[in-house]
Amino acid sequence: MSRHGPAVLDAGQRHPVRFTLNGRTVSGEAEPRMLLHDFLRHVLGATGTHVGCEHGICGACTVQIDGAPARACLTLAVQADGAEIRTVEGLAPAADRLSVLQEAFRTHHGLQCGFCTPGILMTLDALLRERPDCGEAEVREALSGHLCRCTGYAPIVKAALAAAEALRETDHA
Amino acid sequence: MAPDVHARNGDEAGWVGKSVPRVEDAALLAGRGRFIDDLGTPPGTLHAAILRSPHAHATIERIATEAARAMPGVAAVLTGAELRDLASSLVVGVKAPVECWPMAIDRVRYVGEPVAVAVAADRYLAEDALDAIEVRYAPLPAVVAPRDALGDGAPLLHEGFPGNLASDRSFSYGDPDGAFASAPHRIGVAVEYPRSACTPIETYGVVAEYDPALDAYDVLANFQGPFSIHAVIARALRVPGNRLRLRTPPESGGSFGVKQGVFPYIVVIAVAARLAGRPVKWIEDRMEHLAGAVSATNRSTRLQAAVAEDGRILALDWDQIEDCGAHLRAPEPATLYRMHGNMTGAYAIRNVRIRNRVVVTNKLPTGLNRGFGGPQVYFPLERLISRIAATLGLDPLEVVRRNLVPADAFPYRTATGALLDSGDYAAALEAALRDGAHASLLARRAQARAEGRLYGIGYAAVVEPSVSNMGYITTVLTAAERRRAGPKNGAQATATITLDPGGAVSVHVASVPQGQGHRTVLAQVVADVFGLRPAEIRVITEMDTAKDAWSIASGNYSSRFAPAVAGAAQIAATRLRERLARIAAVQLNARPDELVFAAGKVFSPGNPGNAVAFSRLAATGHWAPATLPEDVEQPLRETAFWTPPQLGAPNDADEVNSSLCHGFIFDFCGVEVDRDTGAVRLDRYVTMHDCGRILHPGMVAGQVTGGFAHALGAALLEEQSYAPDGSLLTGTLADYLIPTAMEVPELVILHYETPSPFTPLGAKGVGEGNTMSTPVCIANAVADALGVAEIQLPLLPSRLSEALHGAESSPPRREARPPQAAPGERALFGSGRAEVDAAPEQLWAMLLDPDLLARVVPGAHNVQRMGETRFQAEVTLGIGPVRGRYRAEIALSDLDAPRSVTLSGSVDGALGFGRGRGRLRLEPVGPTRTVLTYDYEAAVGGKVASIGGRLLDGAARVIIGQFFASLAAQASGRRPSLWRRLLRLLRGRA
Ligand code: FES
Ligand code: FES
Repeated sequence: MSRHGPAVLDAGQRHPVRFTLNGRTVSGEAEPRMLLHDFLRHVLGATGTHVGCEHGICGACTVQIDGAPARACLTLAVQADGAEIRTVEGLAPAADRLSVLQEAFRTHHGLQCGFCTPGILMTLDALLRERPDCGEAEVREALSGHLCRCTGYAPIVKAALAAAEALRETDHA
Repeated sequence: MAPDVHARNGDEAGWVGKSVPRVEDAALLAGRGRFIDDLGTPPGTLHAAILRSPHAHATIERIATEAARAMPGVAAVLTGAELRDLASSLVVGVKAPVECWPMAIDRVRYVGEPVAVAVAADRYLAEDALDAIEVRYAPLPAVVAPRDALGDGAPLLHEGFPGNLASDRSFSYGDPDGAFASAPHRIGVAVEYPRSACTPIETYGVVAEYDPALDAYDVLANFQGPFSIHAVIARALRVPGNRLRLRTPPESGGSFGVKQGVFPYIVVIAVAARLAGRPVKWIEDRMEHLAGAVSATNRSTRLQAAVAEDGRILALDWDQIEDCGAHLRAPEPATLYRMHGNMTGAYAIRNVRIRNRVVVTNKLPTGLNRGFGGPQVYFPLERLISRIAATLGLDPLEVVRRNLVPADAFPYRTATGALLDSGDYAAALEAALRDGAHASLLARRAQARAEGRLYGIGYAAVVEPSVSNMGYITTVLTAAERRRAGPKNGAQATATITLDPGGAVSVHVASVPQGQGHRTVLAQVVADVFGLRPAEIRVITEMDTAKDAWSIASGNYSSRFAPAVAGAAQIAATRLRERLARIAAVQLNARPDELVFAAGKVFSPGNPGNAVAFSRLAATGHWAPATLPEDVEQPLRETAFWTPPQLGAPNDADEVNSSLCHGFIFDFCGVEVDRDTGAVRLDRYVTMHDCGRILHPGMVAGQVTGGFAHALGAALLEEQSYAPDGSLLTGTLADYLIPTAMEVPELVILHYETPSPFTPLGAKGVGEGNTMSTPVCIANAVADALGVAEIQLPLLPSRLSEALHGAESSPPRREARPPQAAPGERALFGSGRAEVDAAPEQLWAMLLDPDLLARVVPGAHNVQRMGETRFQAEVTLGIGPVRGRYRAEIALSDLDAPRSVTLSGSVDGALGFGRGRGRLRLEPVGPTRTVLTYDYEAAVGGKVASIGGRLLDGAARVIIGQFFASLAAQASGRRPSLWRRLLRLLRGRA
């Protein structure tokens, strides 16, 4: 996925990695084996993206890479070089304001411990953008790539549908 | 407690009872949560990785750590030997000459048991170091089923537990013998309740530091309590409690009991920090969690009832065998005794016999998990109700109704000693049937059955205990042993309210929330007392044993927050308010008891114009302490300790009020079972809760829905399963299946409120009940659908289709000889054929040449010839998510040059082990062309075995295919084209 063309990477070496994170250019160094979530969290200090399994099942690490939801735990940091990455830290329109989707989660108790939440928000954010008219079946399908142990999902589904509706209304307004 | 002053908001009813938005959410939604791995660590902090046993049972013959210690960035390697020097054994849950180390000393007893810890500059380097640690094991036979563990000749886990039996106690209440002798019916069930675990999405984390000057440890861990464990940790670290500062991060990513189980790792990481002389951080990964965190107990139960003609239960006879895994670490066997007062469930049964045995097996040790002992009790009890109905030809609802504790009997003392605080079970049940549209469910079943579909209805009535008596576990001791040990009882809750110089209010509690929104509820409770808005109250829930008011019952378990902690906060706030009222009375020239606290002001209702601002009044203790009336204590800070008097120690008759509060749950559901696949579809699920007074409806709904999802997983999907040889079969989240949004249907939640007379706010716990009621409710429905008497969890399609279609016949063997696997090991076998452009003699020479072997064995680094026909190699193989290094030993035998040879060998590595043999035959089909045929059989164990058989089978074929492809390429002196390699692979397929 590197935008700088094919590069030969050396296992023992650190390589510069640069990408756009929530609209800002960021950079750091990573060994080829470093996973994207470790790079985000421990090199860049963007700890909003969580890690629940590191083997692609739980969805907690989901970020958007070039607009599409992706597992940060199945992505190497060097693969993200040149990409546009969005994480949960980029969702709120301002520090003291939540997005429509985030607000719906708060209203409908779509979170308890909040550990699964960042990944779920990134998947739903993409879904609501791609499929503004989505219904419950589609929401559940999209959520099936995420594990939440606290909520039993019903409030998350409710929040997503409420957000979809609110977004449709603002679009028509 | 009759408050002499009143608090009011604009709305008379106050904040408690309303679903106010959670104060926790804004930060969590914006990615600004502060979980343990999000917090900064001191400069120089090192990172730990843990090497774990691939064997269920083995002696450790040797651990070689020199190579690991010499690796770049590695600061220390901790093994059992160093641990034994610097720490002591954990407390064992019963009196026995047994030790319980948080890391293996000279023997491993379960797959996943820690064997060594590498500490390095970062986690990647620490994991590299694990690869270089060489452990030589001598495997021992393992035992995994509790009844097998008690059998003659079963492998013994601990010398101090003869026959693997850690405890055996018998109890009798009332006259069970008489009841059984005279009852017209004796009806029973046999249940093997499986293991499951609540797997919070955030795993364990520990950051530890040791100060040699003070001989003191400072630990940050996402531990959830109970803080009785603080004493256990301090003891294991050989320091007094005041030299162990234990702190928790502000946020924790779920626990459900599981994060109690981090404590052995606190000891290990603290010792690693001491050894390394630097702070050490460890974040558990998911595979470690599934293999090595903690599990609920599995239990083998035989339950018999003496039953009257009309379905009334005259006596119960429980025989429970509790499986606590490889070590009985405190507080176990608490799972077995938490329900001791509630062994009669929601029913008025006066005669009870109980035999409780605790066994150890080669599985992960057990600990707290949502429901803690409840699912294991209610599954047999509510299956029994359903069996009684079926046997006597009664409606199961009738059997429930005839046995419920009557409404006029509360508070009701059960036969085994619990004091059921409040309830009207019959009324709640009828309300559930009415509001949950039970009649329409009956109609749906009738219609489905008329159409030939498999539809069933199930019921479950349970009592949900909350606020555990810290003394219930001593029921495992005899009365005489208890007298010697001194009384244990109560359930101290604490809360501290602070008023600052600006008059702002802060609340500190030792409740350690894991997502339940404690901060929001406490703000509501305290806002009501002071007549403020919740947003004005700051609540701090992270815990620091060096600075906070706490006790052994502190923490987040047994659903104690709403009934106990919130009540303690109310008591502390009320005390401060009483003081403030007396100060204000002087200023306002009024009587303290007529003052009202509302809308941020304090005034007398007759003269609201004459008011003093709350913030000004609350600051008095800071700015003008001398103006306080003589006998009024300083209104600065108040700590309340609250323990309910109802929680006494077990008495000499072994009666124990094991919990303070008892909620009531009545569930019913309709399910349909697919006749072809055996899949269960939940059609409708109704759950009725009486959890006393509801403090925050939104959060109560959240607890119920979340608990239901856990229970659904336990009923339909989840089992932490082990092969008969002790290999873990559910080592990843692809094998341990957790319900997703596709599996959890909408739930109908109903409430019936009878406030608890024993708690300050009238609230009871609510978070665990469905894990007790739902698995058996669904099982009862499935049994009804299939018309079977015998049903075990989880209700996997494979199991149900066996009930529908009979056991599947074993697949036809692809080869005559059975594979060489011991029962339960993961067996692989196959055969194949390949053609190579070389003469048999040429190939034969290659097979005996280490340099050449190194080139053709996939992933081999370092092939050495150890003897004429013996080789040793290091191999790196990746199978699915599990990539690891192995040491391989290969021996050639039955040599018949250049026609055939037998290769046998073993591989051994941190991630697993295996052994196998294969026969290779070379047949010339031309002067320079040979046909190779081979067959192999192998057995593997350890982590690789836990990743799933399909993957392994495929991987073995690919690896063996690669071997022959590169053998062929070497022989013909060139690398084959991709196309040819593929072709050969295909031909080489078994
Ligand atoms: S951490 Fe990436 S899917 Fe679980
Ligand atoms: S809110 Fe805790 S895991 Fe989803």
